Amino acid sequence: MNPRIVKLTVLVAACATFGGCAATRSQKEVLATDQSQVEQRAYQTRVFDTTDKEQTLRAVIATLQDFGCIIDRADLVLGVVSGTKLDGFQLRITVTVRPRGTTQLLVRANAQLQIKAVSDARPYQNFFTALERSMFLKAHEVD
Amino acid sequence: MPITPRGFDAMKALQFGAFALAITVAGCSHLPESALLLNPASIERRQVETRRFESVSEADLLAACAAVLQDLGFSIDASESRLGLVTASKDRSAKDSGQIARAVVIRILTGVFTGVSMPLDKDQTIRASVVVFPAMGEKKNNHLVRISLQRVVRTTDPRFVKSEWLTDPELYQGFFMKLSQSVFLEGHKI
Repeated sequence: MNPRIVKLTVLVAACATFGGCAATRSQKEVLATDQSQVEQRAYQTRVFDTTDKEQTLRAVIATLQDFGCIIDRADLVLGVVSGTKLDGFQLRITVTVRPRGTTQLLVRANAQLQIKAVSDARPYQNFFTALERSMFLKAHEVD
Repeated sequence: MPITPRGFDAMKALQFGAFALAITVAGCSHLPESALLLNPASIERRQVETRRFESVSEADLLAACAAVLQDLGFSIDASESRLGLVTASKDRSAKDSGQIARAVVIRILTGVFTGVSMPLDKDQTIRASVVVFPAMGEKKNNHLVRISLQRVVRTTDPRFVKSEWLTDPELYQGFFMKLSQSVFLEGHKI
């Protein structure tokens, strides 16, 4: 076989292999997180002493609007609200509301700024402080 | 008067402007402290974005909101009537004759010599979310309507995209004027 053809074939094969590796690495982002699940849940979650899911979701919507978010979608049955804030940056936030026992609701928020998850606890604290005011209820940290 | 130094200064200014724009567009990697904080400006915004409607059911008010959004050429992207929500968007041109005129002047002053040109607004996606909710402590059919508006503007240079929260009070006044008419029309089944 012509040595030039062999070299070319090896080169093409190498490109395909490394190209494949790069794609695989970026695909790992699907399950990638910055912190442990326990850490994340601690600062992203609060408990409220109410069982009124609808009012809680409405309070979440009002709070997100106060921050200047567009509400992308909401679902009462699933207990989900998603919003986006555009202000020279793109912040996407999703809030879920679900029952905890028979007397409480668990509210969890997670946000991403541009292409990175927001992994600083402070913005979440600010969000829950505003939500407390909107709901006239105290938010408890999860035990 | 020598032309080159002036052209050079203008080019530097333009490059700085482009750099500043790039930073704004790319956004900072950290969330600004004010992004999820309520302040007096948030309360003012709430007042601009909210109106009170009396003696209209939540369902009728939401239908009237959807009708106004359709009047304005929006497509409804999502809704959850049990939470009083409608979200819509539309794509439109973002060409601005004033901006084009300014770009031509800058081009004449600098670009002719440097080859640098300003990206111009090309098209935009405008997004609106409308939320209807009961007015607390009032009669059963008294409701509040709040609309939020944002847009993403794409420019002639694909690297520069501008995203912003629309804050001009006239936009909100215009929407609510149309909504008042829509409520009247819907109420009379017109």
